[in-house]
Amino acid sequence: MKKGKTNIVFQGTKEQEEQLLDFISRWKGEKGALMPILQKAQSIYGYLPIEVEEMIAEELNLSLEEVYGVVSFYSQFTLNPKGKYAISVCMGTACYVKGAQLILDELSKKLGIKPGGITPDGKYSLDATRCLGACGLAPVMVINGQVYGKLKVEDLDKILQKYN
Amino acid sequence: MELVNIKINGIPLSVQKDFTILEAARQAGIRIPTLCYLKGINEIGACRMCVVEVKGARSLVASCVYPVSEGMEVQTNTQKIHDSRKKTLELILSTHKRECLSCVRSGNCELQKLCRDYGIEDERHYEGTMPEPYYDSSTGVIVRDNSKCILCRRCVAACAQQQGIGVIGVNDRGFDTHIGCAFDKPLAAVPCVSCGQCIVACPTGALHEKDDTGLVWEALADPSKYVIVNTAPSIRVTLGECFGMPVGTNVKGKMVAALRRIGFRKVFDTDFAADLTIVEEATELIHRIQNGGTLPLITSCSPGWIKYCEYYCPELIKHLSTCKSPQQMFGAVTKTWFAQKEGIDPEDVFVVSIMPCTAKKFESRRDEESASGYPDVDVALTTRELGHMIERAGIDFIRLPDEEFDRPLGDSTGAGAIFGATGGVMEAALRTAAEMLMKKPLTKLDYREVRGTQGVKEADYQIAGLTLKVAAVSGLANAKKILEQIKTGQSEYQFVEIMACPGGCVNGGGQPIQPADVRNTTDLAGTRAKALYEEDRSLPLRKSHENPAVKVLYQDLLEYPGSETAHEILHTSYEKRQKY
Repeated sequence: MKKGKTNIVFQGTKEQEEQLLDFISRWKGEKGALMPILQKAQSIYGYLPIEVEEMIAEELNLSLEEVYGVVSFYSQFTLNPKGKYAISVCMGTACYVKGAQLILDELSKKLGIKPGGITPDGKYSLDATRCLGACGLAPVMVINGQVYGKLKVEDLDKILQKYN
Repeated sequence: MELVNIKINGIPLSVQKDFTILEAARQAGIRIPTLCYLKGINEIGACRMCVVEVKGARSLVASCVYPVSEGMEVQTNTQKIHDSRKKTLELILSTHKRECLSCVRSGNCELQKLCRDYGIEDERHYEGTMPEPYYDSSTGVIVRDNSKCILCRRCVAACAQQQGIGVIGVNDRGFDTHIGCAFDKPLAAVPCVSCGQCIVACPTGALHEKDDTGLVWEALADPSKYVIVNTAPSIRVTLGECFGMPVGTNVKGKMVAALRRIGFRKVFDTDFAADLTIVEEATELIHRIQNGGTLPLITSCSPGWIKYCEYYCPELIKHLSTCKSPQQMFGAVTKTWFAQKEGIDPEDVFVVSIMPCTAKKFESRRDEESASGYPDVDVALTTRELGHMIERAGIDFIRLPDEEFDRPLGDSTGAGAIFGATGGVMEAALRTAAEMLMKKPLTKLDYREVRGTQGVKEADYQIAGLTLKVAAVSGLANAKKILEQIKTGQSEYQFVEIMACPGGCVNGGGQPIQPADVRNTTDLAGTRAKALYEEDRSLPLRKSHENPAVKVLYQDLLEYPGSETAHEILHTSYEKRQKY
């Protein structure tokens, strides 16, 4: 799936930058340094926006496209921060068979964002995930750790109201 | 070199141990089709067109990356192989925008040729979901049309390996895989230098220059316009390729005849402006050496290089010669001196230049370059675009008689001619600088050390008691090393020539596109350059400052090289550019 690009303004701090630069300095010059650096950067910032990727490209003497090519390839990397309320819809086999796609489509419509995206106010983010291991409750979604099972499209409004 | 014995199609061969099957087959005169393979820069075995059978191997192997070994037996031409290649082509076609009738690469498309060779009759065999189309003409110079992209990555290799830039690459994965810029920004929003090496690397019509021939036809049809054309030094030795002539054929006379038949009022030679550039630049070099100016002086003829400098090493802008490039000098002189001499309003003069280069389109639009109050150059066309114009005009190019350039701006010297090859600007400048310094005629005109297609060439010359240390560099990846030395103050050079494209303008991004099998087996830049050096040898005048038109121009208008008027008309400035 194509990765959605963020519309959230970058709010990185000086401390985060120092932490990242310090990590990069330890890996600089080593072959294959880009992957661990990207993983670290994502753990620091929560996502990999252009500002962070530019920093990495500059430090490793790579082109920004080379960094972005790797980020857009691996599903573990995200270009979007998580929202205040992070919604994950399980797309594992059981949930999918039980209509998870309808749930995802409806959420996407209600929030006005694609899976992998975040609302402009930073409130909600939406992701499609692999099996969450709660197949007995299919279809399932998780909002900030709270699991909602046996979902129906009609339930969504009520659930979303709790997260306002 | 150690040899191994192998058999290809039953033919016994002794080949170098480090050869791939593809290289071994080439040596034996057996052609294996390829799509993604570009020697030296893109050897990735991705397209599967070059598959062959190796005795004992589990499946078909990609010959472009499969090494030979003692006793190996290879088949390149079996039914199984044909079926596999055919399937590969059908799958490529399933996501390919098939507008072959009008496509810019029709007749010169590697995919089209293979489909014909392999008899793909059912183009829609695997038709289904199409990837999201993406068409980017944001630069107004290079157009990217992903609907015709076959993901061979040749453009990516040209940009990253050859030029060391890497503004395009492979984004996303699986069915969504596509060639794009970082964050899928348009090309105009990333530090692309417009060199066009991606275009000449592309096997299909997914990359091409913005077609500006319409603007030229329009101007030619407008009776109020005085349309003047000038052709860059290298065009005469490459244009013939558009009409199937051998690489390295000099078609100067036919080119002039064709331009006249298309309807240009004056057919002039950019070589004149190249000579003028040399007189100004040699003066600048001597001035900087004698007055403690910034050294090394770096040439400014290559607009791809200039844009690179502005994006990637703005701290070196002070090293750049302030001379406009020959294209821009030509336009500036035409719209000032020539227009005045002929009594034409510069507003009505329409200058078209035929360039080996896509970055020249960008250069012609630089705001700071309009000596007459109007842009120095109105339209810059590539060699390929001129080829198309000649076709459309119904001109039988091969049978044209030879004609001469118009005067006075068609006057040229051998020094102007060699501008088209890497090291040529350096050699031309040295000829003039040496005479300026020695104040007597130069006997030895050839500076052989700076000739040839190597990426970096260095030489020391003793001229009038001065030791001049020079370097001629081509291909931006090669330039990086020299630039690093200059940045850190370790460089001892006084004069450096940099051309963005490997081998110089003869191998520019606007030149006729040769398919990969020709590119991989021919020294395109070297063969084309040889024709320019022959032209240089054959001309009576071989020093820029002896160009009669240049002399008259100084008498009439500019007074002397480096004068205030010369600076107003012929010099320019550069600006730091933000990368993202």
